[in-house]
Amino acid sequence: MKKSDITILIADDDPDYLFQTVFNLEKAGYKTVSAESQAEAESVISRFKPHLAIFDLMMESDDSGFVLCYKIKKKYPDVPVILATAVARETGMTFSLDSEKEKSWIRADKYLEKGIRADQLDQEIMKLLKL
Amino acid sequence: MAVLKILVIDDESGIRSGVSRILNNFHVTYPFMDEDYSFEVLEAANGEDGIVIIDREIPDILLLDNKLPGIQGVDVLEYIRDRKYDIVVAMITSYASLDVAIRATRDGATDFIPKPFTPQELKSSIENITKQLYLKRITQKLKQDGKKIRYQFLSVLSHELKAPLNALEGYLRMMQEKQAGDKIDDYTNHIDRSLQRIQGMRNLIMDLLDFTKIRLERKEEKIQEVDLAQVASGAIVTVQPYAIQMEVNINLDVRSDSVIMADPEDMEIIFNNLVSNAVKYNKFGGRVDITIDGTDSEIILTFSDNGIGISESDKENLFTEFVRIKNEKTRNISGSGLGLSIVRKVVELYHGTIKVESTPDMGSVFTIRLPKKPISIN
Repeated sequence: MKKSDITILIADDDPDYLFQTVFNLEKAGYKTVSAESQAEAESVISRFKPHLAIFDLMMESDDSGFVLCYKIKKKYPDVPVILATAVARETGMTFSLDSEKEKSWIRADKYLEKGIRADQLDQEIMKLLKL
Repeated sequence: MAVLKILVIDDESGIRSGVSRILNNFHVTYPFMDEDYSFEVLEAANGEDGIVIIDREIPDILLLDNKLPGIQGVDVLEYIRDRKYDIVVAMITSYASLDVAIRATRDGATDFIPKPFTPQELKSSIENITKQLYLKRITQKLKQDGKKIRYQFLSVLSHELKAPLNALEGYLRMMQEKQAGDKIDDYTNHIDRSLQRIQGMRNLIMDLLDFTKIRLERKEEKIQEVDLAQVASGAIVTVQPYAIQMEVNINLDVRSDSVIMADPEDMEIIFNNLVSNAVKYNKFGGRVDITIDGTDSEIILTFSDNGIGISESDKENLFTEFVRIKNEKTRNISGSGLGLSIVRKVVELYHGTIKVESTPDMGSVFTIRLPKKPISIN
């Protein structure tokens, strides 16, 4: 599949981060659909199946990204999901998969710290999509 | 000095002795930590021996090679997970085995140390792991102490502080790589947004200073007669440039004696936040009415606007730290999410009350009641 046939859903409530990610992905050749909130992303998912999704962790609530991972995997189990966050290590918030409860919730294929370079993000996407 | 036990499971004796040598004289400090951490290194040449040591010693940190002679690293991970041991695991791995690394992450490994590593690389990984471990244990302790809220505050704060930095970094990179064109004019929007994010961060820092001040300072000696009419006028002057841009009219109506016993800075916090909110969340050409009224024993302040209003469900969390009402109408309004929580704290400090009435699209009225007499604070 060509990059230009691939649509990526990006959900982030930070308008600048969203703008930059969309810009970078489109420059890399992908099509994009963006959502500024968990609610907006959910509505996109209900209508449309992207080839890959990138979710911010904290939007309306602290676990918006987790909830979106869960919902998209339930509807489209084969869509790879990247969870992007700016919080991980400094706060000690780790994404362990220690308990059954967490396993059933945290359904991302990849965690990425925000601030990742455009070419790295492209690499990760190509890996997940086996391009 | 606290000692953390580190177990190294690797079949290469050079790696094991290297880790021991490097870490035996190493310690980690962290501004929030009560004490330094040093390390005691245990060694195992294969997974079977490693498991015996894990059961016996329950190390804090495990450095785990995946390729082992007998059982594999992932099997050791599974063993640890099944027994629910609280061990932070870092895989020692060569970059070639990225698939293993991904699988290991899912099985509970939290870090990777690429092989071969320099002493400095090992030390910085161990430093990270130690901090992470420390924070994790603090979290557990805070949870036990019922202090989870403060921890959440820190994690949200870290998020709020990092988000603007990430945005700025992104824009600067776009400019550095000339991604939107060769001329400076191609980046007008990028520059505007960067400046806005810097302003937002500055506001957040100012609010945080207010916030810590309320929490830490003892006030008795600062209590004095404060004329709230003057404080209100000051707040209006401060917000005026913005109000002019928005064509918002601000009116002050002083209906009674407006002197109260208080710390003037606290009163400024109340007025600055509520007056600037009333303008920020207003409509173009709107109005703001501030009244100061009272009885013998208390002062009643109202701040009313005919702005965008607040929905019933958003009202619940309005005074909570870092809660910002996010919708189409507030999209382009910047705020730290701290202002109203600060106001609430100040009001409570004075044994006063604050409430809000609001209708979406019609406006909001914030009413504050403060006792006039000097009261004991804290």
